[in-house]
Amino acid sequence: MIEWISAALLIVGAFFYAAGTLGLLRFPDVYSRLHALAKADNLGMGFVLLGLALQAESIAAGLKLLLIWPLALAASAGVSYAIARRADSLGVKPWRKDSS
Amino acid sequence: MNGLDLAVALFLLGNLVVALLAAARGPTAADRMLIALLFGSTGTGILVLLAQAMNMPSLVDVALVLALLAAIGGIAFVKRAWQGDGHD
Repeated sequence: MIEWISAALLIVGAFFYAAGTLGLLRFPDVYSRLHALAKADNLGMGFVLLGLALQAESIAAGLKLLLIWPLALAASAGVSYAIARRADSLGVKPWRKDSS
Repeated sequence: MNGLDLAVALFLLGNLVVALLAAARGPTAADRMLIALLFGSTGTGILVLLAQAMNMPSLVDVALVLALLAAIGGIAFVKRAWQGDGHD
């Protein structure tokens, strides 16, 4: 039973990773690409880590896997804020539907 | 479940190859930096999956280091490298 839950979580995680990559390729400007990278990709990582933590041999190994996720979330939040702020101060205009 | 771990890792690797093509195309420096950050997060996922599939727990530490280095690389890019190169 746990194996099936873990497999389902891994597949959902792979789907969110693919959605993040697709958004990074298709979105029109830096701000919306940051949105795809920061949210979809980290959600995929969370699902994959949760699926793998269910397979772990010991509680400590599973917790170590799960602790990667808050690190990645905090890092991604900080980097996304820094990149968006820098882009804004360099005068990168957000994309509008009628201007392109 | 080792087969599924490896299959998902291979799928993520395919994602990275597609992203690499986009990095070659990407018009501004910021787009290329975002691809580098994608390598950080997807690479972390691949390494964790490989650690489980190959039964090598030390690869989890490598994944942690990769996640940290991606964050530090992003901050260094913003603070030092991105001066606005006229493209955008």
